[in-house]
Amino acid sequence: MSLTEARPHSTAVGMGAQLVTRGLTKRFRGGQVAVDDLDLEVPAGAVYGFLGPNGSGKTTTIRMLLGLVAPTAGRSWLLGQPMPGAAASVLPRVGSLVEGPAFHPYLSGRDNLRRADAADRTAEASSSARRVDTALERVGLANAAGKRYRVYSLGMRQRLGLAAAMLRPRDLLVLDEPTNGLDPQGTREVRSLVRELAAEGTTVFVSTHLLAEVEQICSHVGVMSVGRLVAQGPLAEVTGATASRVRVHSRQPGDAAAVLHRLGLTGVAVEGDRAVADLGAAVPEQLVAALVRADVAVEQFVVDSPTLEDLFVALTGEGFDVER
Amino acid sequence: MSSADLLSRNDLRLVRSELRLVLTRRRNIAMLVVLALAPTLIGVAIKLSGPGDGEGPSFLASITENGLFLVFTALVATLPVFLPLAVSVVSGESVAGEASTGTLRYLLAAPVHRTRLLAVKLVAIVVYALVATLTVAAVGLIVGGVLFGLGDLTLLSGTTIGVGPALVRALLVALYVAAMLTTVAALGLFVSTLTEVPLAAMSATAITVVVVEILDAVPQLSAVHDWLFTHDWLAFGELLRDPVSVGPLLHGLAVQAGYVAVFSALAWARMATKDVTS
Repeated sequence: MSLTEARPHSTAVGMGAQLVTRGLTKRFRGGQVAVDDLDLEVPAGAVYGFLGPNGSGKTTTIRMLLGLVAPTAGRSWLLGQPMPGAAASVLPRVGSLVEGPAFHPYLSGRDNLRRADAADRTAEASSSARRVDTALERVGLANAAGKRYRVYSLGMRQRLGLAAAMLRPRDLLVLDEPTNGLDPQGTREVRSLVRELAAEGTTVFVSTHLLAEVEQICSHVGVMSVGRLVAQGPLAEVTGATASRVRVHSRQPGDAAAVLHRLGLTGVAVEGDRAVADLGAAVPEQLVAALVRADVAVEQFVVDSPTLEDLFVALTGEGFDVER
Repeated sequence: MSSADLLSRNDLRLVRSELRLVLTRRRNIAMLVVLALAPTLIGVAIKLSGPGDGEGPSFLASITENGLFLVFTALVATLPVFLPLAVSVVSGESVAGEASTGTLRYLLAAPVHRTRLLAVKLVAIVVYALVATLTVAAVGLIVGGVLFGLGDLTLLSGTTIGVGPALVRALLVALYVAAMLTTVAALGLFVSTLTEVPLAAMSATAITVVVVEILDAVPQLSAVHDWLFTHDWLAFGELLRDPVSVGPLLHGLAVQAGYVAVFSALAWARMATKDVTS
């Protein structure tokens, strides 16, 4: 799959990117900057994990993308069209789940979806019932469709929210914490549903604070911290981009460090019986050969690649703590 | 957006959905039941106690002679408080209710254009106001007919008209009353865009109506009375004269139209720029 590489601060809007923002900023009336100069780029066909601790500006970003909140500065495009200007033609092709499901408590699940369907003036009226039933079927709510929303469990509510997002075939799904409140079985189902939709060609933008979710379903990732995008790109590239570390266990750690230093590695240090350094662009095999040639007795040679969790903590500093 | 395509055929589904939401909601039905009780109680009370000695609304004494007068009496009795209260509840709920359940964000993301959403909401509130008024009138007609019988109507000007034309007058009275409630509908819609708490919007709307009614009763303020939206509410008595003097009626309708325009514009200005964070 050839995907446009997403680079913050590139000026051209990426070819075929389905969701793009440039300098998107939201300053609330209190002066708090919720989202700061955001340059998102979600390639067509990607499952983009929008990762960040609670309060990092993910939901505000999604609200701006959907035209619910006006940005203080910056612009955004969905499916190549400017938002919110082209909302009327773009949003029918975009399914969304924003900050949890919301429905009328005293209407049934089916009636709630009928209302959601009626709100879309581009949807064919005659096929409304079929669309609603298909969506209910797809999220496993067919048997509970006649029950009032107020008696739905948290998981059923989440499913109904997803059903509303999938009422019509969409080109883009914007899902804010889609597995929130689901039991492990429901979580698995939703993730396989997202994979299924992506396989059908829908671009998925999924915000989450669950690293496992990103690792399991996402092809791309963007990491938010305190309103700023601190990393973005294909998942493998982003996790690979942060320095992998070389660890040489040896009885002569000083000599090993000297060799690594001579080879131009940065961040060289001696920690007890080991020498460590940033791998950078160096090739591990050549490092081992060089060490051996320099008569350093190598007991163990390890390349520590950071996990997404390491990366996340490194990028967002405080990890999962609320920063504001 | 031009006014022509403000609500097009494509929006009818949402209008229907909105009407179903408003008209099937239990609380709103309960309010209609309470409104229906007004003519029933008045009719039964008069049946039991006789017409009395001329105290109370001017139509009261005539009810025993013609059940049709129960329609007018019930409208006079419910117009100052109960009808505007019911409309305040429905209109206060309109946008604030969607905001408090969170459904507002999904409606806007569907997408429903913000101006269209207000138009749909206003249509539904006005329809509810009409249904509420017709409920009072219809129950008044039925109860009056059963308890006192319907006959030729002697108008306030002394002329007598047959039952058929009398029913037409009664319908016109009900429509005029419903039209008088449109200001409350638009006011409630505007207040409803200001908050995410439906109860706050409902009470603010109802209180505003009462305050305006009090101002209308203060003689020292007579200079502005003509321009208060409650001032012409009871002018429907003009429809019971022959010939009908249309001046006060047109004044009433024009004043309501002015207020509806102002409150709708305020609601639009608020809604168009609002950050939906609910």
